[in-house]
Amino acid sequence: MSELTLTVMRLGFLAVLWLFVIVAVQVIRSDLFGTRVTQRGSRREGGRQAARQQAAPPPQRQQSGGRQRRGAPTKLVVSEGTLTGTTVALQGQTISLGRAHDSTIVLDDDYASSRHARIYPDRDGQWIVEDLGSTNGTYLDRTRLTTPTPVPLGAPIRIGKTVIELRK
Amino acid sequence: MSSSTTQTSTIGAIGAPSRRNTELALLVFAVVIPLFAYMNVGLAISGELPPGMLGYGLGLGLLAGVAHLVVRKFAPYADPLLLPLATLLNGLGLVVIWRLDQSERLQQLGKASFGAFSAAAPKQLLYSAIGIALFVAVMLLLKDHRVLQRYTYISMIGAMGLLLLPLVPGLGKNIYGAKIWIQVGGFSIQPAEFAKIVIAVFFAGYLMVKRDALALASRRFMGLYLPRGRDLGPILAVWAMSILILVFETDLGTSLLFFGMFIVMLYVATERTSWIVFGLLMSAIGAVTVASFEPHVKVRVDAWLDPFNKEVIASTGTDQIAQSMMAFGSGGTLGTGLGQGHSDLIGFAANSDFILATYGEELGLAGIMAVLLIYGLIVERGVRTALAARDPFGKLLAVGLSGAFAIQVFVVAGGVMGLIPLTGMTMPFIAYGGSSVIANWALVGILLRISDTARRPAPSPAPNPDAEMTQVVRP
Repeated sequence: MSELTLTVMRLGFLAVLWLFVIVAVQVIRSDLFGTRVTQRGSRREGGRQAARQQAAPPPQRQQSGGRQRRGAPTKLVVSEGTLTGTTVALQGQTISLGRAHDSTIVLDDDYASSRHARIYPDRDGQWIVEDLGSTNGTYLDRTRLTTPTPVPLGAPIRIGKTVIELRK
Repeated sequence: MSSSTTQTSTIGAIGAPSRRNTELALLVFAVVIPLFAYMNVGLAISGELPPGMLGYGLGLGLLAGVAHLVVRKFAPYADPLLLPLATLLNGLGLVVIWRLDQSERLQQLGKASFGAFSAAAPKQLLYSAIGIALFVAVMLLLKDHRVLQRYTYISMIGAMGLLLLPLVPGLGKNIYGAKIWIQVGGFSIQPAEFAKIVIAVFFAGYLMVKRDALALASRRFMGLYLPRGRDLGPILAVWAMSILILVFETDLGTSLLFFGMFIVMLYVATERTSWIVFGLLMSAIGAVTVASFEPHVKVRVDAWLDPFNKEVIASTGTDQIAQSMMAFGSGGTLGTGLGQGHSDLIGFAANSDFILATYGEELGLAGIMAVLLIYGLIVERGVRTALAARDPFGKLLAVGLSGAFAIQVFVVAGGVMGLIPLTGMTMPFIAYGGSSVIANWALVGILLRISDTARRPAPSPAPNPDAEMTQVVRP
């Protein structure tokens, strides 16, 4: 076998080997899957919302923003009930609670409604809990919620037998 | 009201395609590359196409085809990369083992020490076939990896038994100082290769139950979470076990593999950095202590510290590490070409423990990086499987298995390249050795099973009868 042929084969083999590695990495790239986040709500509302946010007086936002950043909760923890131990990271998304399958936290609780309550951040980043017209009600500490109410850190939110807290 | 409406979002899993055709294409690629290498070796050594090319090609292709069909039928959503990557490594291993069979120096050495030289490549093909058979068996019999969870403590006893087997008189076999083989019939088996899978099952099942106690009950001290004294029990037990392996079986690799695997899984289960600090400290203390009084381990350490020293070579009786490092060096960046190196100078174990040196010499830095990347990709797919798995047991098991794989590659490659003392372990898939190939095919089978469960799209939710009962009525 001539030297040239062997050299070509040697380099060709290395090229083929690396080609395999590159193809494998491409497969990984096209194979990335995970969670898809679909934004709901109409675009017009979104636009109006953005406009309103810009219109809001800046000093007030700064002040409340600063306060929030120090004591802001980072996760939601289920502390009692069948889902005890479940945590959800709070990243500015709305968390829906209920027996419906598309809820963020699907409650397996006889006293919960399909769409029981939701927890969402308001414009200042303060987390608000709102009862969604549930049959048995949502309680913050001992009081039954009637309006959207800010949630203090560590205060128990009670839905049937389930208790949820916001924690740092 | 509208302020929250715009922030409402749905989080749902994207349906992953099954990707079996991608796997098939890559698998064809993974069979063609070793064939090309085989042709390359034949042309370089004798100037003509090797006679057994059709046989090996068909053999490897058949094994890969069977494995693919089984995966297609029984694990349709499994990871598309694991099988081709493992097949490529196995095929390359077969070629390089066959190439070392052609070396006259090794043939003479075989005749001198065993009376007759027997080619290793056909045996390795047989072992690969057994390995694929075990892989198929795992696919067929293990419908759901969570079944393994039931055998947590049985597998602990099983793993201990497997690890202690080489110490049983009459059964265990001392080969070149390390007691990690057992002799059954005409075969010698390395039970540690199988024990690593079994013990991963135990660690996963145990840590899944105890993770909260280990993670939460701790005091904070200097930025580290110190576990309570009684929670240190299991880590001390595993540490003691790996020290015992080191002392009685005089095998650093197995000992490092089990302790390292436990630390990796402990860290993943508890998310506490302190376990890694403790683990590294404890393994360092253990290794240094044992190395100072155990002669076999001490010899290995001496050979590692000064491989080119004539006195050391004379006292250890072998210059394998020196030859191996010379092989890596003479390979350079692009290598000497398949079949044109002199890695057979390593002599004994050139095709098992030291096979990486042949890759280093004949494929060069470029080739060995590709090989190590392929190992890295297998580990990556394993960890990716763990991330995608929904049940904690599957997560821990996938992490444990891929961690064991990674540690094994590190221990062998590090030993051959002179980074750490040499140990008696084999490179998964490419080294000659039945136990290693068979056990690693089983390992890949379990990983594929977990990834099939993890990537299977969730069944569409059943219509909820309660959905109509509670409704929001707004004025």
